[in-house]
Amino acid sequence: MISVQKLLWKTERNKDIFNEEISTKPMGDNHTDTKGYLDMELLRFTTAGSVDDGKSTLIGRLLYDSKSIFEDQYEAIEESSKRKGDANVNLALLTDGLRDEREQGITIDVAYRYFATPKRKFIIADTPGHIQYTRNMVTGASTANLAVILIDARKGVVEQTYRHTFIASLLGIPHVVFCINKMDLVDYDEKSYQKIKSEVESFSSKLDVKDIRFIPLSALKGDNVVNSSENMPWYKGGTLLYILENIHIGSDHNHIDCRFPVQQVIRPHSDKYHDFRGYAGRIAGGVFKPGDEVVVLPSGFSSKIKSIDSFDGKLDEAFAPMSVTMQLEDDIDISRGDMIVRNQNRPEVGQDVDIMLCWLNKKAIIPNGKYALKHTTNDARCMIKNIHYKVDINTLHRLEDDKNIGMNDIARVTLRVTKPLLYDKYSRNRNTGSVILIDEATHETVGAGMII
Amino acid sequence: MKSYNLTHLKELEAEAIYVIREVASQFENPAILFSGGKDSITVAHLARKAFFPSNVPFPLVHIDTGHNFPETIAFRDKFVSEIGAELIVGSVQESINEGKAVEEKGYNASRNGLQTVTLLDTIEKYKFDACLGGARRDEEKARAKERFFSHRDEFGQWDPKNQRPELWNLFNGKKNFGENFRVFPISNWTEMDVWQYILMEGLELPSLYFAHEREVFEREGTIMAKCDYISQKDSEHTVKKTVRFRTIGDMTCTGAVASNASDLEAIIEEVAASRLTERGTRADDKRSEAAMEDRKKQGYF
Repeated sequence: MISVQKLLWKTERNKDIFNEEISTKPMGDNHTDTKGYLDMELLRFTTAGSVDDGKSTLIGRLLYDSKSIFEDQYEAIEESSKRKGDANVNLALLTDGLRDEREQGITIDVAYRYFATPKRKFIIADTPGHIQYTRNMVTGASTANLAVILIDARKGVVEQTYRHTFIASLLGIPHVVFCINKMDLVDYDEKSYQKIKSEVESFSSKLDVKDIRFIPLSALKGDNVVNSSENMPWYKGGTLLYILENIHIGSDHNHIDCRFPVQQVIRPHSDKYHDFRGYAGRIAGGVFKPGDEVVVLPSGFSSKIKSIDSFDGKLDEAFAPMSVTMQLEDDIDISRGDMIVRNQNRPEVGQDVDIMLCWLNKKAIIPNGKYALKHTTNDARCMIKNIHYKVDINTLHRLEDDKNIGMNDIARVTLRVTKPLLYDKYSRNRNTGSVILIDEATHETVGAGMII
Repeated sequence: MKSYNLTHLKELEAEAIYVIREVASQFENPAILFSGGKDSITVAHLARKAFFPSNVPFPLVHIDTGHNFPETIAFRDKFVSEIGAELIVGSVQESINEGKAVEEKGYNASRNGLQTVTLLDTIEKYKFDACLGGARRDEEKARAKERFFSHRDEFGQWDPKNQRPELWNLFNGKKNFGENFRVFPISNWTEMDVWQYILMEGLELPSLYFAHEREVFEREGTIMAKCDYISQKDSEHTVKKTVRFRTIGDMTCTGAVASNASDLEAIIEEVAASRLTERGTRADDKRSEAAMEDRKKQGYF
């Protein structure tokens, strides 16, 4: 658990909480520009690292420098640090929200934190790094655009680095930033950094991550987190915040394959909207425009988009991840779970699907067992038809003889579904390529699957 | 090539609308918990958008402590008639009269905690299986661990250590008989996001949010409105001040801030420069480090 010293917190907000001599201007000052705020993008990222790698310090610094820690929050953790006998204020307490977490000094659940700079709003899914919390990492990673993976410069690549990178790749996070932390403790030595970097490059080439970056930094001293480091002139890249603010996320959604899973049918039955029959849903991929010829699956009927409607008026186009309502030219029987697509670009259709499955429940998987399944807006049931292998998440080896799949295990599995699913490969589209399994007795979410 | 980017407010809006529509699809008898505060106004507005041009298919449920600001009640009634929704009021006074809840004693007495009793009773009486609320994860540390779809057992309790993992946009609203859900469509919004959204959408708010002159007194560093429901100590002098409220709850536990912000732009500027979270003005959260967690476990909002 990393602690930081409280220095001049209340009187000088722009003094650095970690090092008095460094003074950073809080970016929150620019928030008053209300116009700029309306143009901001949203970036969701996860942070992963092993114990004592400085993750809390890094998050603390990002939150502090963006003016997202408030006095009363700070006072509350200051008070509890004192009660626990800590000499310094423990910033990890900011994210440990539950009583048990504070008492045991561990993070049990995913904690969501928010901060903003004039360019972007950020949602951090802060996930604990311990092996038993793989399910939390998977949960946090499922909606992330970017993963921050911390590596201790003194220790280099460790088993957990493999696991974190593997999960980021498995969950299809488009961008992964490796932060080689604690550079101050290796005298800002370029060779140490390069050695770790090439090691990561060599094993991650076997994984499917589209965009990998490396940053040498010191979260404690503030090097390359928000401000460029004077101690590492050999590093020419951007700081972590620069990358978070500028990385291109416009292509993270699929804007090619048109997929519109129907969530609900809207029929007002009012005098004004007597004939209105709208299909409400969130675009899962592609760009839809009025006049587009479309096909409704599974029925296969074709029609044209009459209009795309919203509370704010009719829209010229709709793309992921917008929530809209569409009307079609023809009256077709359409209900929740159907999918509107383009004729020449259809999803795959099948009852037997191969998935990479992460098991999330204490109760182990039952081979040939039956589970409820959710996929897009569809509900179905499925059977675990075949367990092909389990993945050793630390070595990435396939364990073909081990088919006991318990909590936090990841396995390749074939499902037999009660009705055909309309799906894409997860690597092509996270929205149409993901499923969850639900225990039919307890109704708990027990499995997360990525369609291969 | 054209870029297809949503602004963060539009993306948050799309996420919230998706969640609200999931509630309509996955549950039989949902309701919106409506306090008359900015967050529940935002949720109700998002629900209007989600089902447009249909009306909002859920009633609004207000748990009335009987100690509300009169401005809140007036706004509530106007709002409900404007959006054409049904209003259901659960009365804490009735719960007290029926002996189900007991009034707190002492000079810090508040009916805030008693709301849980009335809320759970109202849920049971109308058999609501999902209640939409305007809680946000940035508000309070126990809420940072909250799910969009938050499961409650047959006693209305939240079990923070046994929450269902929530992945992608696949929300699991399956439950056993007697259990229900709280659903929080604006989980990922911050106070700033809500204000910016209100400005963008031109939403109307209760006058309490804007600077006005009011008789107030100070208690333990918090500015409280003078009212019949709080017994002031002799040392707590009433003064006239220009104030506004950052959150709107029961008069007994909602503190004001000295402010001249009389329009949305000024409020946004004030929020951006603020050094306290909005719940910093809430006496109900200051009772202990786990005050919110404990209340949530029992079934609080």
